Amino acid sequence: MRDMKAFFLHLAVLAALLAALPLLSAYHVTNVAKIMVLAVYAMGYNIAFGYTGLLSLGHALFFAAGLYAAGMGISQFGLGSAGALVAGPVAGGLIAAAVGLLALRTAGVAFMIVTLMFAQAGYLTVLYFVRYTRGDEGIVLDRAARMLGGVDLSGDTPRYLLAFALFAVALLVNLALVRSPFGRVMIAMRENEARSRMLGYNPYTVKLTALVVSGVYAGAAGAAYAVLFGYVGASLASVQYSILPLLYVLLGGAGTVLGPLLGALLMFYLIDYASSATSAYQFIVGAVLVVLVLFAPKGILGTLRERGLRWLP
Amino acid sequence: MLRLEGIEAGYGAVQVLRGLSFAVEPGEVLCLMGRNGVGKTTALRAIMGQVPVSAGAILVDGVAVQDLAAHDVPKEGIGYVPQGRRLFGDLTVAENIEIGLMTRGRDARVREKVLTIFPRLRERLGQISRTLSGGEQQMLAIARALCLEPKVLLLDEPTEGLQPSMIALIRDTVVALKETGVATILVEQRVDAALSVADRIAFISGGQVAETVDTGGMTEQSPQFAAYVGV
Repeated sequence: MRDMKAFFLHLAVLAALLAALPLLSAYHVTNVAKIMVLAVYAMGYNIAFGYTGLLSLGHALFFAAGLYAAGMGISQFGLGSAGALVAGPVAGGLIAAAVGLLALRTAGVAFMIVTLMFAQAGYLTVLYFVRYTRGDEGIVLDRAARMLGGVDLSGDTPRYLLAFALFAVALLVNLALVRSPFGRVMIAMRENEARSRMLGYNPYTVKLTALVVSGVYAGAAGAAYAVLFGYVGASLASVQYSILPLLYVLLGGAGTVLGPLLGALLMFYLIDYASSATSAYQFIVGAVLVVLVLFAPKGILGTLRERGLRWLP
Repeated sequence: MLRLEGIEAGYGAVQVLRGLSFAVEPGEVLCLMGRNGVGKTTALRAIMGQVPVSAGAILVDGVAVQDLAAHDVPKEGIGYVPQGRRLFGDLTVAENIEIGLMTRGRDARVREKVLTIFPRLRERLGQISRTLSGGEQQMLAIARALCLEPKVLLLDEPTEGLQPSMIALIRDTVVALKETGVATILVEQRVDAALSVADRIAFISGGQVAETVDTGGMTEQSPQFAAYVGV
């Protein structure tokens, strides 16, 4: 019953996103497509942070791995859009595995710092190999290269639909994951590593697996960003892109499946509207975050779950 | 079944166990008693690999486990219920049991067996575990450890802070487990609780066993309680 309720809620959210397409202006279609891609990224972050308790400041590296695997694959190796969308999650997962093998030998603040250092190394690598990556200037992907099955992905509707498809798959996989036995173990690890160990679970293996899944999500989002929006640049590998998914997750609710979408949606439009009203929009964004942390420290959906919606995954 | 031979262990520079030796056999309940700080809980944590052992051996059916990683020790058939219950508070009763079951790939049979021992948990499967009463939390902590179908069960002060009816229930559970052949090491401060379930009591002093006594001829007035526990 509890599982069915959760499943239908998630289906309803997907149905609402699909139904919104004909109702939205072109401007908002582009925005919501971008939000769905960023929400996939935040969902990946949530698997590591919200469910497993791994506070990483290096996820921009995994996002950038997918972004550049797709972008450079298309622009320099003649990869098609389909190939690029596969290369992204593979790259994200592999980089996450490599980082995790080393970084997971640390914990807490040390883990945060080590992941941040890895991400900064990745960012500097992008800037250093400017000949291939074009550094800050970035790579603009040809419209002709952004085709999938004869459909031009730079068009508003196809872009929205592909972002939706990616988001829907990511959401349902995420829901299944957290409801699976492995999902319970991730939560157990977040709650108390020592208790999990005394029941026979190897924290290193569990956390590495969660980080790789998280990297696959981030890489998939990076690849989708490159293919759908046609731009691959160093700014998308910067530390800001490690902080953003953390904010989305904190705002929407860490350890909730829909929290990343809600957080990305609210944060995106908060910045959008605040920046159109004042150049000091970051004050407004900061104030909203402070209020939220004070009154709903578990995020919006986390607070709702605590106050009655206990079935919310 | 489980044998400790000359165990030395501690926390950093502070040595707590100084040549601790004892053994427990199948179907036996061995109670560890002693004043605070003598090393009772440290002994259990050393068995579980949570405290590094600097000398001595811990043998389960003749297999040395003292050098195993902490997460590999339960796979040797040792279940541990630490002091203070230590549940996964945000998970439901069913989910806590499921986590216990998954470690060794156990099936529905074990789940059923555990819920038969603790029928009250069956009524609360969907309840978030941190909202259970103290006694129910203790039941769940024991149930979760039993999901491993342990050969040896370590219980650290399971009756601490519980009301009398719950203490009786925990005591009955320990007796029932004993009859199934599980070897139990019980850390207990309550003399009456120890005497009601234990076959032997090992009195710990200064990080080693000072005296081991069969409970058959003991009463609450036996001099060892005053000498080693201070009651």
